[in-house]
Amino acid sequence: MKVEARFLLGLGLFFGVVGLVYWLWSGEDAGGVMLGAAMLLGFLPGSYYLYWSRRMAPRPEDDSTATPASGAGVVGTFPGSSIWPFTLGMGSFVTVLALVFGIWLLVPGLSLVAWALLGGVAESRRGGHV
Amino acid sequence: MVDVLERPLTRAEPPPEAHGPTGLLKWLTTTDHKVIGLSYTVTAVIMMVIGGAFAEIIRAQLASPNGTLVSLAQFNELFTMHGSVMIYLFAGPFAFGALANIIVPIQIGAPDMAFPRLNALSYWLYLTGSITMLSGFFTAGGAASFGWVGYAPLSNSLNTPGAGADLWIGGLLLTGFSAIFTGVNLVATIFYLRAPGMTMFRMPIFTWNLLVTAILILLAFPVLTAGLIMLYADRHFGTHIFSVAGGGVPVLWQHIFWFWGHPEVYILALPFFGMVTEIIAVFSRKPVFGYRGMIFATISIAALSLGVWAHHMFTTGVVLLPFFSMMSLLIAVPTGIKIFNWIGTMWRGEVWFSAAMLMALGFLVTFLVGGLTGVYLASPPLDFFTHDTYFVVAHFHSVVMALVMAAMAGLYYWGPKFTGYLLNETIGKVQFWFLFVGTQVFTLPLYLVGLRGMPRRIAVYPHDPQWQFLNDLSSVGAVLIGISTLVFVANLVYSWKKYPAGDNPWDAQTLEWFTTSPPPHHNFYRLPPIRSERPTWDYNHPEHRSVPHGPSDRGSA
Repeated sequence: MKVEARFLLGLGLFFGVVGLVYWLWSGEDAGGVMLGAAMLLGFLPGSYYLYWSRRMAPRPEDDSTATPASGAGVVGTFPGSSIWPFTLGMGSFVTVLALVFGIWLLVPGLSLVAWALLGGVAESRRGGHV
Repeated sequence: MVDVLERPLTRAEPPPEAHGPTGLLKWLTTTDHKVIGLSYTVTAVIMMVIGGAFAEIIRAQLASPNGTLVSLAQFNELFTMHGSVMIYLFAGPFAFGALANIIVPIQIGAPDMAFPRLNALSYWLYLTGSITMLSGFFTAGGAASFGWVGYAPLSNSLNTPGAGADLWIGGLLLTGFSAIFTGVNLVATIFYLRAPGMTMFRMPIFTWNLLVTAILILLAFPVLTAGLIMLYADRHFGTHIFSVAGGGVPVLWQHIFWFWGHPEVYILALPFFGMVTEIIAVFSRKPVFGYRGMIFATISIAALSLGVWAHHMFTTGVVLLPFFSMMSLLIAVPTGIKIFNWIGTMWRGEVWFSAAMLMALGFLVTFLVGGLTGVYLASPPLDFFTHDTYFVVAHFHSVVMALVMAAMAGLYYWGPKFTGYLLNETIGKVQFWFLFVGTQVFTLPLYLVGLRGMPRRIAVYPHDPQWQFLNDLSSVGAVLIGISTLVFVANLVYSWKKYPAGDNPWDAQTLEWFTTSPPPHHNFYRLPPIRSERPTWDYNHPEHRSVPHGPSDRGSA
């Protein structure tokens, strides 16, 4: 995880320095704010990875001498098929069409979104993955 | 419904039983990254054909000075939707949704993407976003007509009323969220689902490039989404964020749009750089030259790309010219390193000029032309002279046509992996020559006509023999490119299930070529030991085992 942490923190540092130079030199706020936000997007997950990389033993994928057997065991749980992403996609589609064709379309659109979210969560609970 | 997956060991295991729905229901409910990636591929290629058809109409209109094929209003819709379809609906989704979805998990030994249902949602948002944007053509006022950049105040409700513009915004919102979700998924997959031994500096370059692309997506797309919401609010809720009349700032839209828009160029390009890197190494029978240098060049390009947005705004007169010029010129350095390394990979290799390799070489030449003219445009005095001319159109199309060649290279190279069948090589080479020659005949005259002062985005132009000749030549190039697309479709039909590929038809190097073609459910029956960035090559050619990377790897190979 150390490489991941360094990668993200390095990007955050770069955007921080560039953003500061840009903002001081140009005095233009929009670009300064956007570069500042980019810096945070590097620092926030980067700090998280750095925190855990110092408290975890190297994972098999971080170990250059690991063999396939090193990772034996449960990798994760994966849904084989699910109708809920399609339902959520259609709900989002209808909701966006409401922005164009009329506010009434929000009723079926948001209903589909809510149904899909509830269905997806229930499916996760039944299937044992979260 | 749910598979609890255990890591495959080195011994062969029997194939798992097919499970889940079949037919149309399978497509609607699938969470398998390969099926989703194939859906992305088919949809993106359809979008390419639609966007290409718009381009052919545009070139037909411009083949004569006072073309009457389409009206002026229709021409505005056509060039707007040509750019929008090609950038938002073809190049981006093909780059990070199609081949990335299929190949990245397999390249790192993962059973699927980290969030399979989110992955499926990404596809449905992309498909519905595409339908939303294109449906503008079926509204009374026609499709969006303010250019693919949607500049304010041209895009406000006074200057561009009608549903077409709103459908453009809505379509972009949906595809934008699709991209963000894909970015999250790619980062999580690459960080958490790599096979044992697949350290970060053993990942294939394609996967590295997709990781960097995903980070760029997460940095850039939310900005565009926020901007679109502001634009919609200006159009319908009476806000004045981008209008001078209410105290707003029109040029703020350009800042927001290009803070997304320039990284977007690299969001499009980096995956294709990765594809080409893999293909050149495989068909030169060599490892990637300067593996770590390629990775750091990719990261440098991505980092710099976020600091160059206002080079698209030099002519506004309100941006810091030296800063943006310097940052833009700096990007040429890591890009040059990449080109050097691609040549270095081929150097003294046993180069096999397959259709995929020819496409990759076509990319290299065409991208070099587009990249070098980009260096000119990073210089404000030259940009002032050429900004609103066809020179910029030519530069941009050299770059994107290079990416189209890289996309074709990727399809010829990886298509056999996910379909199980090869495409016909001879027809592929015919397609390459139409595409390569057509691209140069299409773009090079546009540079010249731009330098002679022809503005872009015009449907008619004055009678000038030089302008007309160059436009005619460019239109001929567009026809050749169109023929190359027809040749590709003909190849798909001709080769349909004719040439079984086998697991590793190219004697390739990376992990996806270790599994079957097409890969089974959850991708692998077994995994090889991973001791370099070329595990399949190491396994198949123990006599040529790669030189290990990094101090911790030494002695372990």
